[in-house]
Amino acid sequence: MADFTQNRSVFIKIVFIALPLLIILRLLFLQVFDIGNYKQAALGQAVYIKKVYPPRGIIYDRKNKVLMNNSIVYDLVVEPKKITSDFDTLFLCKLINVPIEDFRYQLKKVIIKNGWQKPSALFKNLSPISVARLQENLYDFSGIDLIEHAERNYHYGCGGTILGYINEVSETQLKSDRYSDYQKGDYIGINGLENYYEDVLKGVPGVQYLLRDVKQRIQGPYKEGRLDSSATPGKPLQLYLDADLQKLTEELMANKLGSAVAIDPKTGGILAFANGPSFDPTLLTGANKGANLSKMLNDATKPLFIRAIQAKYPPGSTFKPLTALVALDEGVITPDYGYPCMGGYYACGRKVACTHSGHGHASNLALAIANSCNAYFCHVFRLAIDSRKYENVHIGLERWHDYMTSFGLGHPIGVDIPHENGGNIPDSNYFNRTYNDNWNSCNMAILGMGQGEVEMTPMQMANSMCILANKGYYYVPHFVKSIDADPNHPLLKKYKEKKVVAHIADSSFEYVIAGMQAVVDQGTGMIAKMPDVVVCAKTGTAQNERMINGQKVKLQNHSMFVAFAPRRDPKIAVAVCIENAGYGATWAGPIASLMIERYLKDSIAEKRQYLVKKMKDAKIIPNYTYILDSLDKQMARQKDLLKNRSKDSLKRDQIIKDSLSRRNDSLTARYLIRKFYHY
Amino acid sequence: MSFKEKLFVERIDWLVVFIYLLLCLIGIACIFSVEHRSTDITFFLMKQNYMKQIIFFGVSLLIGLIILMLDSKIFTSIPFLGYTLGFFLLLLALTPLGKGVKGSHSWLNLGFLTFQPGELMKLFTALTIAKFLTLQDTNFATLKHRVICAAFAIVPMLIIILQNETGLALVYLSFFLAMYREGLPNIVIVIGVSLLILTLATLLIPKTILFYLLSGLAVFFLYLSRRQLRRSREILFLVGGIWLVGVIFSQALVPFAFTHVLKGYQVQRIYTMIGQETPAEYIGEGIDTKKQNASEYNVSQSKIAIASGGFFGKGFLNGTQTQYNWVPEQRTDFIFCTIGEQFGFFGSTLLVLIYMILLLRIVSIAERQRSQFTRIYAYCVSGILFFHLAINVGMTIGLAPVIGIPLPLISYGGTSLVIFTVLIFILIRLDADRQMVLR
Repeated sequence: MADFTQNRSVFIKIVFIALPLLIILRLLFLQVFDIGNYKQAALGQAVYIKKVYPPRGIIYDRKNKVLMNNSIVYDLVVEPKKITSDFDTLFLCKLINVPIEDFRYQLKKVIIKNGWQKPSALFKNLSPISVARLQENLYDFSGIDLIEHAERNYHYGCGGTILGYINEVSETQLKSDRYSDYQKGDYIGINGLENYYEDVLKGVPGVQYLLRDVKQRIQGPYKEGRLDSSATPGKPLQLYLDADLQKLTEELMANKLGSAVAIDPKTGGILAFANGPSFDPTLLTGANKGANLSKMLNDATKPLFIRAIQAKYPPGSTFKPLTALVALDEGVITPDYGYPCMGGYYACGRKVACTHSGHGHASNLALAIANSCNAYFCHVFRLAIDSRKYENVHIGLERWHDYMTSFGLGHPIGVDIPHENGGNIPDSNYFNRTYNDNWNSCNMAILGMGQGEVEMTPMQMANSMCILANKGYYYVPHFVKSIDADPNHPLLKKYKEKKVVAHIADSSFEYVIAGMQAVVDQGTGMIAKMPDVVVCAKTGTAQNERMINGQKVKLQNHSMFVAFAPRRDPKIAVAVCIENAGYGATWAGPIASLMIERYLKDSIAEKRQYLVKKMKDAKIIPNYTYILDSLDKQMARQKDLLKNRSKDSLKRDQIIKDSLSRRNDSLTARYLIRKFYHY
Repeated sequence: MSFKEKLFVERIDWLVVFIYLLLCLIGIACIFSVEHRSTDITFFLMKQNYMKQIIFFGVSLLIGLIILMLDSKIFTSIPFLGYTLGFFLLLLALTPLGKGVKGSHSWLNLGFLTFQPGELMKLFTALTIAKFLTLQDTNFATLKHRVICAAFAIVPMLIIILQNETGLALVYLSFFLAMYREGLPNIVIVIGVSLLILTLATLLIPKTILFYLLSGLAVFFLYLSRRQLRRSREILFLVGGIWLVGVIFSQALVPFAFTHVLKGYQVQRIYTMIGQETPAEYIGEGIDTKKQNASEYNVSQSKIAIASGGFFGKGFLNGTQTQYNWVPEQRTDFIFCTIGEQFGFFGSTLLVLIYMILLLRIVSIAERQRSQFTRIYAYCVSGILFFHLAINVGMTIGLAPVIGIPLPLISYGGTSLVIFTVLIFILIRLDADRQMVLR
């Protein structure tokens, strides 16, 4: 049979060549040019990039005692697929001490969340006892494992407000510049030193490239781990803090609102920093951290409010040494200047009461400080700002404002923990606004005795003691002495700078210090007297008031005490403030005195132990704290409602109803406070 | 020394044998690379599929050897008998004796072995078409004999479609390649290609627009041929007829085929390939979108694996995608991924070229035969190989719809390997007697 169609074999050959070439072309685009970005997809799905977290830096106190380190905690991890029918759930629940319903519920939850194949954490942060019991019996349970991870450990059990805590970074924080190179699941310092020194403490995380299969199970290292990098641990911090002093101070501040700060005047290093009511820092770790935090945030006594740097108090009489200093430097008084106080200051029409009325209790500066004469300091303050050197009182007040600013008042000093408050020092602008440009020194005479618009944080009070102790200079108070044994770390540079205050003569300081020594020797602060150390101090009893429903209500006085010791070669400057506790010498004085003794002598004398016990046991939280707190919360809610108000009449009714009930509540509150405190 | 006097060993086409062995060994290596774990203690794990494939390979070699020792006249005498037997087995698979695997009923369990009669039938169909076309009474120029010849391929194909094994069924289309070589008119190919284009157009273009388009084309052609139209009315009928067929095909037949003949998932695969959403009307009951997602997932994973190989690949046993089961069915239908990932563009191109050399070699073998029987048979074999290569590799790189057919000699599977061995070795045996005229 003739073959007429032989030429068709050529077509067939062409097809047989064309198709492989088409395939090769397609492969070229896929594999060589990577059209469609499949290579990235392959890495993304088969290579699991695991971040290896380094341990965070350890924090030591001045004597190398560990304040904070890392501990290993265990999570119970379960791989649901491996759980067999002979799994003794009841026994396991007994070992880890959880109800069996809870276990089943959690198991269901993780199966729904992560599926059958993937191991997932069932219970986090098991107690050490559960871990020990479970480890003995672990071989009995297939599909159950204990996975360890690091947790911050407050080793000395103190300094919660100083150290802060860590938490997983939130969505909003991730959007901020500071945390831009963080990823979901990373931990960041939330408060205190953990936050301020985050960059140093966190270390450098390592990266592990692992291979995973289609069921997300890890199969081994990618490229034999050649791309992996190891983690660099965070750098250790050494603090100026004295752990034992800190512990004692926190114990003394228990069940009190307020704070106690001690600074080493020579370096600006903070020796103790306690905020009342003090709390156990272990509440900031562990499985219940979130619950503990929200409980503390909602607590009326606000334990997480760092009062030492965030609360503003009228300094009261503790401000008087500064007034004296300004007056001496301005040359308006001499140390022998006296004021005939007869129990009050009447020069401005309204009486400013003075606790003393005896003749000659303010016959010179030292006596006036020792007896804390209100009239004397109102007068001296007026002399200073009405000085003839200046054209008018506006300039005099500005001059005074400059002094205060150089003392580190009226603005945040720059402590190395975040959220510092600056206090308040009024300037002429403020009075222009308030008195419509029509004012004189009489309007503000009480500033001289630390009342009125002047407000300071306890940290600023302690710092002003440093200035007096150093006779004219200070270092910005700070916690960290060295980072990774390097005291000249760039982060610490600004704390090495000596701040010289207004170039006041040493003799002026000497006169004021002599007055403060007289406070302890014969004046209001005799409680702080120590047998072989010359202590210089000033008591303060600060009047304070609060607006409740548009009306000022006077609250119990704040008890204040500032001191430094010894007089020659000062080693410690202290400021203590107890809210609504009464006289400065009653509560703040003993605490400051005990702190000084503990620091200088390393122990408390036997005969003063009663004082320690008394201070520790005292609970000074007025009942109206809770009332005021609920009023505040209601106010906040009201503001929130007003902010989100709509034309919806129902909501408007709600707002009106709320505001009416708030008015009733605040009337009740005012009545209650008056009833309790007879104002 | 004339060809006849050459030793039998010298008359064998060793290039084909060499390529055959090479492909089989590549296949075993690929299956090994999928299953091997660095934690394995020994190579000889009888549970693993690569060991099974080695055994299949041994059996295939034995069968190949036996075929080489047989007289080539046997192959011209058994086709009709074999076709009848194969047809019987094919029908048997439809009865309860057949075994269902993954929704298809194409498997037959004979107790001692399980296989697909459809695979076996490929062999007998190839032999039968070769035999039929070389019969004294056959004249392939007549329509009757063309229809009979096509029926030899189409009848088993329809039965296999009934068995729910569309991929295997479509392979029978490859016999048209041999028929084309033997003189199937060009118009058949033109009509076939036009229908394919029309089908694709139906999928891509909305029905009404397609109708206007076809009508517009018809009017345009009439306008072009308006001079001839004055002379004869035949062109009017011709254009009108084509227009009518086109409209009926696109408006009624394709939708009918998609709703009643093809399974929902097959329609979805076709739509997936052309990158379109499957219209709701074609998604029948019982077909959930899961299956479509699965097929899409397969293709995208396969593309990821192949693309991740880069130019030189990740190296043997270093594949991250294929070793950790990211690509489904990677031992069987998606085995090309393992080559793409581990040996990259370089290796995959080499493999494709090896197949190309094999195909061209078979064509040249076909053309050097004195015997028409061997030539037709060789074209049948090359057609089957070509179809498998095109569809299998095409689907892994997203050029063809996902139709589950194996890559010849490389994919895991005993039936497939044995049948390809038999197909190729019969060809080698016949070729060794190329000076003879076999009938």
